[in-house]
Amino acid sequence: MSAVASLETGVQRVVVAMSGGVDSSLAAALVVESGCEAVGVTLHLAGESSRCCSLADADDARRVAEVLGIRFYVVNYRERFRREVQEAFADAYLAGRTPIPCVTCNSRFKFEYLLERARVLGARSVASGHYARVDRDADTGLRRLRRAADPDKDQTYFLFELTQEQLEAVRFPLGELSKDEVRARARALGLATADKAESQEICFVPDGDYAAAVERIRPGSLPGEGPIVDGAGRELGRHQGIHHFTVGQRRGLRVAAEQRLYVTQVDAQRNRIVVGERDALLVRGARLERVNWISGTPPAQPIHARVRVRYRHAGVSGRIEPDPVGGACVLFDQPVAAVSPGQAAVFDVGDVVLGGGWIAEAILDA
Amino acid sequence: MATATRGTAESVRIYLDHNATTPLHPEVLEVMTRVLRDCPGNPSSTHLEGSQARAVVEEARGQVASLLGAEPDEVVFTSGATEANNTALLGLLRGRPPGHVLSSAIEHPSVEAPLLALEAAGWRVTRVGVGSAGRVELEELEAAFEPDTALVSLIWANNETGVIQPIEAVAELAAARGVPVHVDATQRVGKLPVTLRGLPVDFLSLSAHKLQGPKGTGALVRRGALEVEALQAGGPQERGRRGGTENVPGIAGLGAACALAERELPERAVELARLRDRLWEGIQAKIPRVERNGCPEQVLPNTLNVRFDGVAGELLLQALDLEGVAASSGAACHSGSIEPSAVLSAMGLSPQQARASLRFSTGHGSDDAQVDAVLALLPDLVQRCRDAGDV
Repeated sequence: MSAVASLETGVQRVVVAMSGGVDSSLAAALVVESGCEAVGVTLHLAGESSRCCSLADADDARRVAEVLGIRFYVVNYRERFRREVQEAFADAYLAGRTPIPCVTCNSRFKFEYLLERARVLGARSVASGHYARVDRDADTGLRRLRRAADPDKDQTYFLFELTQEQLEAVRFPLGELSKDEVRARARALGLATADKAESQEICFVPDGDYAAAVERIRPGSLPGEGPIVDGAGRELGRHQGIHHFTVGQRRGLRVAAEQRLYVTQVDAQRNRIVVGERDALLVRGARLERVNWISGTPPAQPIHARVRVRYRHAGVSGRIEPDPVGGACVLFDQPVAAVSPGQAAVFDVGDVVLGGGWIAEAILDA
Repeated sequence: MATATRGTAESVRIYLDHNATTPLHPEVLEVMTRVLRDCPGNPSSTHLEGSQARAVVEEARGQVASLLGAEPDEVVFTSGATEANNTALLGLLRGRPPGHVLSSAIEHPSVEAPLLALEAAGWRVTRVGVGSAGRVELEELEAAFEPDTALVSLIWANNETGVIQPIEAVAELAAARGVPVHVDATQRVGKLPVTLRGLPVDFLSLSAHKLQGPKGTGALVRRGALEVEALQAGGPQERGRRGGTENVPGIAGLGAACALAERELPERAVELARLRDRLWEGIQAKIPRVERNGCPEQVLPNTLNVRFDGVAGELLLQALDLEGVAASSGAACHSGSIEPSAVLSAMGLSPQQARASLRFSTGHGSDDAQVDAVLALLPDLVQRCRDAGDV
């Protein structure tokens, strides 16, 4: 099935979220190729140091729009992004969690706010350069979110919060393509962004220094130094702020020990970092909150599925049991290392993404 | 409203943003084409080609002067009103020991930026505020004069609201105190008559592309004994006031546009106002919760600044654009900035009200059918924006 066939044909107006990168540039081109009236929009989210969605990126996207002959607008969401994404990001670190701001950027900025704007502009859908696929289940008639054809680039981990209503209105023209194909096609079309560099980092933390980002976003709220303890509570050393750490981390632990030690818990309440040997990282499961079921309803019975607990995690089999308060309990078939509160657990069966939820805490014993 | 399905074919555009720029008038295009093709010389050269180009420049100078009721040797050609404003402010004051400048809170960025530069160099600047009508209060302005006020700089008609400032009265106040006056007349020239003769205004800025002339050309009218330092140092062109080979075709275009305006004023203003008023009446009749920004009695004939309560203005503009209608707001720029308009804020509008404000400006080519089409589109688009809320 060609990439273009996944788009509905017909003369429709489609808003394309253009970040200024090669993926969304080609997505715009493919929307045009499919015969729709594409309207490119860059969400101006962050300042010039950001890896994406700065004014310089808006200019790159505008240039692509000019070449494609489509209308183009910039929407300034800097203030809102700072409040809803960046501050939430910093607050999560300060509470001992490891957040994924990209999920909120997708579910709220691209596929809620932008989608509402798109409707005002007479468009029924928003297309993006995400590597993901959407189709319809022939039996149920419900929309399905499916992993992308390119497993290395699949971004469904960040899209698990999409609802049926949103999935009716999104388009992912790149879902069937590999990254190499995308670049090659963009080059062939003469898009200036074809060879633009990319990084895997969070867009507003382009250098990967999360602690510095937290310090920038919430200056004056930083927790002070505190103890690093072992599983029994014995102090082994001192840390310089819990926001420097995430579960599974080895780096940055100033502790003298014979065995290699890893962060097993970031304890914001007691301002301490708990460490242990590799075995101590293994957990039996996770308690999730705010689970989104893509079908729209949680299953009546527990299900078995593949569970991914971080981006690019291959995933492990597990049993997922919804709870009465919109969360779920996940029990892995085999223990899993480094399950971090604040990350997401996303469930798939085959390449169909069933949903996902936010990791509230690890479950140590079955 | 059939907007959900639409082809990529070109559709007819309704251009209601003449305050941003105006399309080149066919007569102006004809003049410029002829000059581009037939007058290739450098006006400073002594040979035939040079003197032909020189003649074009001097004829245009006369046309600009005639429109403004000024003398030809008072006209200095520039690259536009921005350069003219910079010249009047920085070119006049830069070399002097810092003193005081009297201006307003509603100036165009090309005046505000030089004012900031002067402040950085030690000058004091008073920016007289405006009332909710958008006009400077004469008493407040009068009280703001200081012993070392070296210049009054005031916009004649504000670009966002179209509100006309009391230039004649201000000029009298300044003349009584021996203080020179600079007027940014960019939005007024070509829409309403300007007669400098007898008016104690020392400097006036204008821009060709606001009166159906080409972009990239304007003029500073410099009267009396005051000299300005050339901002752009080079050859002795424009009597040493502005170096660089003259933009002959651009200048020809400016001259032709001025001649055209002189022929068509004041009647031109009547038609512009009629269409603008029809638009405003229709908006009031069909759309609830709308307010006009700026005093309607003292406003440019073509300008309508309206706020649509509860609307994200930039979103409404995008929706209008996709339906073929070009309008704007004061705060619009490529970054999608939602900084509230300084002009509207100075008039007392809240950030939400400023954000909800749009500017429509009629011009050559505007007609009743277009006004009808806009009135047919607007109510639904405004409602959609209101339904979307804060997105």
